[in-house]
Amino acid sequence: MREAAGTMRSEFIGLYGMVERNWYLIKRYAWWEIAFFFWTAANTLTIVFIAKGVEATGGKVDIDQLTTILLIGAVMWSYLGIVFELLIETVAWERWEGTIEYTFMAPLTRATHLLGTGIFAIGYGIVRASIVFVAIAAFFGLHMPNANFATALVLIAVASVSFVGIGMMTAVLPLISPEKGTQFGYVAQGLMLVVSGVYYPVTVLPAFMQWLAKISPATYALRGERSAILDGATVSQVWGDIWPMVIIGVISVPLGIWVFRRGELHAKRHGKLKRSG
Amino acid sequence: MFAVEVHNLRKEFFRRDATRTRGRKRRRRVAALEGVTFTMERGECVAILGQNGSGKSTLVRLLSTLLLPDGGSAAIFGHDVVKESRAVQRLVNRVSVEASFFKKMSSEENLAYAARFYGMPPSATKSAIPEILERVGFPVDRRHEGMEHLSRGMQQKVALARALLTSPVLLLLDEPTTGLDPRSKLEVQQFIREVWTSHDATILLCTHDLTEAEVLADRVGILDRGRLIALDPADVLKEQYEAETLEDAFFAATGRTFEDEKDEDAERGVFA
Repeated sequence: MREAAGTMRSEFIGLYGMVERNWYLIKRYAWWEIAFFFWTAANTLTIVFIAKGVEATGGKVDIDQLTTILLIGAVMWSYLGIVFELLIETVAWERWEGTIEYTFMAPLTRATHLLGTGIFAIGYGIVRASIVFVAIAAFFGLHMPNANFATALVLIAVASVSFVGIGMMTAVLPLISPEKGTQFGYVAQGLMLVVSGVYYPVTVLPAFMQWLAKISPATYALRGERSAILDGATVSQVWGDIWPMVIIGVISVPLGIWVFRRGELHAKRHGKLKRSG
Repeated sequence: MFAVEVHNLRKEFFRRDATRTRGRKRRRRVAALEGVTFTMERGECVAILGQNGSGKSTLVRLLSTLLLPDGGSAAIFGHDVVKESRAVQRLVNRVSVEASFFKKMSSEENLAYAARFYGMPPSATKSAIPEILERVGFPVDRRHEGMEHLSRGMQQKVALARALLTSPVLLLLDEPTTGLDPRSKLEVQQFIREVWTSHDATILLCTHDLTEAEVLADRVGILDRGRLIALDPADVLKEQYEAETLEDAFFAATGRTFEDEKDEDAERGVFA
């Protein structure tokens, strides 16, 4: 019993260590963060201006609604990008700096290692996405009189679990393929972008893509967020979007850890757990 | 119980050739370790000598659970490196030829997060980090500077501090002084000696440096193209091979001088 408590305590300290390390890195690369922030803001602006463009070219749309729909899509997409990138870079960055061997020889379970990174990614991603959301909404003078931000927060919390689970699966790619893994991780992220209805309803997609949309947690997160912010939906009203994300999260997190463990064994068998660069 | 018990350990890697056969690159087997067997007593310091590609780093990486063997077994204080890897990881730490840190982060930050992975909370590292840095001869007032601003010798001292911070009972040193200037090299060697005598540590030192091996180790092993062909005290090796120096003994044992590195060895060096 005492041994189990000691192990649990060590794992919590290790989890804190992962969060602490990522915080140090963000702090030390502060200028990178500022540059990325402005890039994300500019990118979001470009997308949100599409609504103005539709109006300017004679299209008949509810400009405020379309602007908000696009803004939610762009911000959610940037949030998902942060979570995925931090998880993929868990391996890629360590390989580049040469610390990969020291991390993987430490007595830390892979679940703690990945969850620590995931927790940091969620916290950091929410802060950055919220700032972008508020800044762009203020820029366009958007009014969201019905918005239910409490529901929006619940949705992002539930969605984050499944995003981390899927991110863990993509994090294995740089582990098994040092040269191509990170790039293939971005391919997986891109596929999710296409099928999840980030800027359009999934009903416009071909049938096979709509089927893929059903297994993407981003589909439910986006639909729920739009209901919460545009229509003021309560948690019970978006339950139809929450429960599929809960199921995907419950499956994807253990599956992500398992996939990563398999990748780690492959890397240990083939001598790929070492620095490159 | 032995501190280290290695029996018939084998590891091989496959490399793809540049030449293609029927459109596909050929895969070629490179044996990094071939049937290595040895034991180490608790508190012993063993040096393994070998050229590039001899298998030294593969041995260290197998013992530190970063590789899975293709055959044979290895145990650290009775714990199998494959089946009980978590128990082994708690007992082992290492210093390798590259200091390997997050370069923008300071030495204190690098040591702090690394210590958490071994269960050390902030309350424990707050005082332990300056203490250990002072012990390795690192100027404590520079502990907030980014690693990229430190010399190679300084970085290697921080690497030693990182390994010792977690109080390992087996310390794996993989060419810890390669590339250091003579003064830094001497300081690191002195510190290794101090750790060995003052701690209850067992040390496996893989090195290119014949003098370092002779001065620091109880026994010296010669690893040649994946095979451990000798493991004895330096004096016994010299006597056995009727050599005046350890370098001559190495030559007599392998049939090559220490600097006589063939293409095959250079190729093996990529893996082993």
